[in-house]
Amino acid sequence: MRQDGLALPRHTHLSDEALVALVARGDETALGALYDRVGRVAYGIAYRILRDERLAEDAVQEGFLAVWRAAAAFRPERAKASTWIVTLVHRRAVDIVRREERRRAEPLDVAERPDAPDPAGSAEDAAWLGFERDRIHAALRSLPDAQREALELAYYGGYSQTEVAERLGVPLGTIKSRMFAGLARLREVLDEAGSEGSWTPRLTS
Amino acid sequence: MDAETHELIAAYALDALDEDERARAKEVLATSEEAREELRSLTEVAATMATAAVGPAPRPALRDRILDAARAEPQNVVSLDERRHSRLAPALAVVAAVAACAAVALGIWGASVSSERDEARSALARERAAAAVLAHPSSEASLTGASGRLVVGENGDAVLVASNVPDAPAGKTYQVWVIDGGRPVSGGLFSPRSGAVAVPVDGRVRDGSVVAVTIEDEGGASAPTGEPVIASSPVTLS
Repeated sequence: MRQDGLALPRHTHLSDEALVALVARGDETALGALYDRVGRVAYGIAYRILRDERLAEDAVQEGFLAVWRAAAAFRPERAKASTWIVTLVHRRAVDIVRREERRRAEPLDVAERPDAPDPAGSAEDAAWLGFERDRIHAALRSLPDAQREALELAYYGGYSQTEVAERLGVPLGTIKSRMFAGLARLREVLDEAGSEGSWTPRLTS
Repeated sequence: MDAETHELIAAYALDALDEDERARAKEVLATSEEAREELRSLTEVAATMATAAVGPAPRPALRDRILDAARAEPQNVVSLDERRHSRLAPALAVVAAVAACAAVALGIWGASVSSERDEARSALARERAAAAVLAHPSSEASLTGASGRLVVGENGDAVLVASNVPDAPAGKTYQVWVIDGGRPVSGGLFSPRSGAVAVPVDGRVRDGSVVAVTIEDEGGASAPTGEPVIASSPVTLS
């Protein structure tokens, strides 16, 4: 990625949020730069849900076009720009999977999936993604199985909470509480992992 | 927040709600800053799960495909928040009763949209233009589907003024279309506030233009995907 030699020098110093502001003013190269930054992860989640290249590409394209159209409505105080984009693509992918009734995403153990080669990504991107993945896999693995299963069926499978409950033969109320507890626990674990891995100076003793 | 609200927000962050449940979540979010903050936080957590979704890399052609599609699409959307905070809206919440009007022939949906991208106009400029139109209207067109009217200025700037517009379903938005010769071009997105809207329409209307409103997925569509819920009678420009 980042093969756009012209966009790179112009945009590398800009935050994702600044790029969204440029997109709101009709700057296509800024949209390209956002794709270079977030497209890999956005496609990854779309593919995970849809298990089909063409449908995953459709979801990513629809998501980025929604970014293009709605950039002026983006509010940085509500979400990071990358989160906003991923959320838009995720929503599109979920809509598509529910429409297509493509229910292929079984609750695989994410940690067991091999990393696919990414010939287009830079070494830095790959290293960062690898680090993030390890961190999140570890966090997911630390959840109770029932909570992780509910989160994965919902987020990776595109199932509604009602469908998750039916699928697992568990009362809806139980699924609701597992999803919230799982997400809240994930938040805690990631916060802890983030602070352990940070360079924040600590007093020893 | 009670446990039920926490659970609703978590499921919303995971996109694990069906339409009805999404609507309920949006109601809660509309009235609770605490709920919005929780959604912000849980959405960040959910999005980290995307980072962990390892899969094949996208084909390099996808980048070009997205940029080509963006280029081919008028980008004429104004911040929903800008509109929501418009000073115009409250004053215009009370609108004239609409003449009962037969269904408007709207031509063929799905025609290609303009390949020319409108110059991005700032929200402020739009509001000024809208205020000018409302101060010096040149003509008005009646609406079906909502109480209100389409107010048109001399130069073809138009403002859609309507009341009794219900909130769009969860995950959906209202999208305005200017239709000339059966060809719809996006006129922007909007959300009603307390049922009332005063929406400056992107682009210009011409003699015979029809302005229509459809319900689309959040972020809008490049062409209408459903039947209009609001439509104006054809515009008359002198």
